[in-house]
Amino acid sequence: MSTTAGSPAATTASTSRTARLSAGAADYFDERIGAARLVKGFARKVFPDHWSFMLGEVALYSFVILLISGTFLTLWYVPSMTLVEYDGSYAPLYGVTMSEAYATTLNLSFDIRGGLLMRQVHHWSALIFVAAIVVHMLRVFFTGAFRKPRELNWVLGVLLAVLALAEGFTGYSLPDDLLSGNGLRIIEGVVLAIPVVGTYIVFFLFGGLFPGEVIIPRLYILHVFVLPGIILAIIALHLALVVAHKHTQYPGPGRTNDNVVGFPLLPVYAAKAGGFFFIVLGFIVLLASVVSINALWVYGPYDPSPVSAGTQPDWYIGFVDGLLRLMPGHPEFVIAGYTLSLNIFLPSLVLPGIMVMALIAYPFLEQWVTGDKREHHLLDRPRNAPVRTGIGVMAIVSYCIMWAAAGNDLMAIAFGLSINDLTWMLRFMFFVLPPVAFVVTKRICLALQRKDRELALHGHETGRVVRTADGEYFEVHEPLSDSERWVLVQHEAYKPLALPPKVREDGSKPKAHERLRASLSNFFFEDRVEPVTPRELEAAQHHGHEHEAIEQPTGEEAERRELTSGP
Amino acid sequence: MSDVQRPNSGMTPADEPDAGRTPVRFANPGLPAHRHRNADVDPKAAKRAERQVLAMLAISAIGSVVAVVAYFAIPLDGSFATLQLSNLSLGLGLGCGIFFIGVAAVHLAKTLMPDTEMIDERHPQRGTEEEREEAAGIMTQGGQESGLGRRPFILGGLVGAAALAPLPAVVLLRDLGPLPGDSLAVSMWEAGVRLALDPSAEPILASDVTLGSVFHVIPENLYESDHFLDEKALAAVLIMRVDPDVVQYDPEREGWDVDGIYAFSKICTHVGCPVALYEQQTHHLLCPCHQSTFDLTQHCKVIFGPAKRALPQLPIAVDDEGYLVAQSDFLEPTGASYWERERG
Repeated sequence: MSTTAGSPAATTASTSRTARLSAGAADYFDERIGAARLVKGFARKVFPDHWSFMLGEVALYSFVILLISGTFLTLWYVPSMTLVEYDGSYAPLYGVTMSEAYATTLNLSFDIRGGLLMRQVHHWSALIFVAAIVVHMLRVFFTGAFRKPRELNWVLGVLLAVLALAEGFTGYSLPDDLLSGNGLRIIEGVVLAIPVVGTYIVFFLFGGLFPGEVIIPRLYILHVFVLPGIILAIIALHLALVVAHKHTQYPGPGRTNDNVVGFPLLPVYAAKAGGFFFIVLGFIVLLASVVSINALWVYGPYDPSPVSAGTQPDWYIGFVDGLLRLMPGHPEFVIAGYTLSLNIFLPSLVLPGIMVMALIAYPFLEQWVTGDKREHHLLDRPRNAPVRTGIGVMAIVSYCIMWAAAGNDLMAIAFGLSINDLTWMLRFMFFVLPPVAFVVTKRICLALQRKDRELALHGHETGRVVRTADGEYFEVHEPLSDSERWVLVQHEAYKPLALPPKVREDGSKPKAHERLRASLSNFFFEDRVEPVTPRELEAAQHHGHEHEAIEQPTGEEAERRELTSGP
Repeated sequence: MSDVQRPNSGMTPADEPDAGRTPVRFANPGLPAHRHRNADVDPKAAKRAERQVLAMLAISAIGSVVAVVAYFAIPLDGSFATLQLSNLSLGLGLGCGIFFIGVAAVHLAKTLMPDTEMIDERHPQRGTEEEREEAAGIMTQGGQESGLGRRPFILGGLVGAAALAPLPAVVLLRDLGPLPGDSLAVSMWEAGVRLALDPSAEPILASDVTLGSVFHVIPENLYESDHFLDEKALAAVLIMRVDPDVVQYDPEREGWDVDGIYAFSKICTHVGCPVALYEQQTHHLLCPCHQSTFDLTQHCKVIFGPAKRALPQLPIAVDDEGYLVAQSDFLEPTGASYWERERG
């Protein structure tokens, strides 16, 4: 496979020199770290190709970019709340008293060449990091990639998502500007609302009263050391499990549950994935050079008294802020002299906690319901798991309503609405829209499955209408190729468990968990569309024979109608 | 596991039981025939792809040079124009320098590296029966050799000691902060402390507060505190002057205002944002963070939003020189609710 240009002699000479050098290096490393076995084991490892498999890569790469750009920022940023007088080159704040953290952030932006760029790279990659994690999670959820043997890796992924939020929030607070300071004040209020221990946690966290003088250095060490360390360790585990399990793949001809079809790490994936890192990094740098983000010199230093209207957290904290806005104030109670602020505790801590728990629990719940303990390496097409897909869309819709609520003030201004009416509307939507989304999505999935059946049974419509000698009209259908059909018929449809009788014949009563499991199983699989079987196809071809072979019309009108009306 | 519903015949190959008859499931048709790319069959196309990759690498190199030149050519002089120019040219240079390496590598992989699909076999995660038995044997043997099973007291002691070991680590964290005590309930306001403008700390003459006006207020002596931001977070106040008749009469608050000048805590009773927006027409105060709305005519009772409690009122008076002063501290803690709030 010599593709190099030049005379054959020169090629041979350079090849042999390179060959000698690389043989030497290979020998050196093999004798010291067993490189031969490593190369043999990993270099030709096969990865399947699909755009959706790059979402996790985006998350990984943006984390690497965060490490690089963040390190640059630490060279100038000083995490100190000591008050100083600003004497940098940003004129409007000259002489203003501010924390050293804010002053050095301003210096980074205005006096260090490339500092503003790196700040913007860092902030953009943080937003993209969390976004990529979320979208990657959605891909894994909707394709059922969390099924055995990958349940534990799903749990690691959920932990990474939570840690990413924590990492984002701690970083957001570090510049100590007015906006982020108000964010911290909200956190103080939220922590104060924790029953019994909240006040103590606040005093330990802030080293006394808010804002105190220690919160920025404490958040800093969490942000640059503790959290990234934990994230890095979990990422290593996450990836080690991907290697151990081998990547999932979408169903297709030649792809089975026992193989993985794709391209080898060396050279194809080294080039593609390595190149993709440069693409993500390059894209973020270009974004940071043309789209400004967090222009914190506008806000001024933190002060507990002023606030700007239209305050917004970074997007990923938006859902908590939105929940805080949606919750009515009534459920704050004084019980035996102690204050229980459920109006704050429920939306800001309990509900997000439940959301995380639900995410962790889902793979185990679904496995319990299906009773399916086999390994799954072939992904589901989302339509083939209508209830799961419905649940996923329901979760997305709930999340988006919470998120939208965090912008209720901006929306009210933009659309000239009363903020009170808008908030009430969002409160109703929070309860009404998710179930609607579930039903609609499930129905769409079932409809798509029926369309697949139709296609597998009768082939593509050609638009060619033929009139037979008998005067009958029909449209000619083009049968699918085996490969095309396989994608539509390869999946399995679970059957629901029979609901146990109230009392069995032997007089024993079924246990509560059996009944629960059976009803969940019915909830999941009662409405289902079975994939086409060869017999059905045979029957369809027999009955619809005249459609493909027009010289032998039989004209079994009644039967054809029955067939084309679907299952 | 008889109650486990089996999916219809699972992954079993479709050419199973009754040979000769139609199978129950379709069979996997196998990988479709490989289709060659242009560059595989046409040397010209391959050459073209090669040139494209080289062109991208050239753009990358130019970008990197642009970034270095921009760094030295554009000094920052404090103006936004140069800052923007510096940011843009550094970013475009650096971004292109990186981005096009990536595009070149991916293009190379997609056009010139082999695209014949390869197949790896998977193996179940579960070990074989022998491996599992061997592993179980090793664990049992290890357990026996440790002798802990035969010496239960050592095991118990180990668990106990290990459980206690983290305790000092927790105790060491005790000095993270002082205990709350009543510090959330006490602000710098006390009888005779003048109300002063935020942030200049100039005292306010009652006669300067005209009807309909609103002032952001701090205690005059705020900056004497070593931790004035902490004190401000407790003591920030908003004063508004309204026609006293629009405010509902409350005998308990008799004499807390000065001719319709009312002073209320500026710290939201929800989660502590500053309640900074005053609507003069409706006499409503709005917190911009979560939109809790307080009605001045009802002594800042909550009329909308996630807060529950009214904003605490600061009783004020006028001193001999005509300046506004506090009559006392707030009679309840300001700011967000907390567990011990009612206990002061």
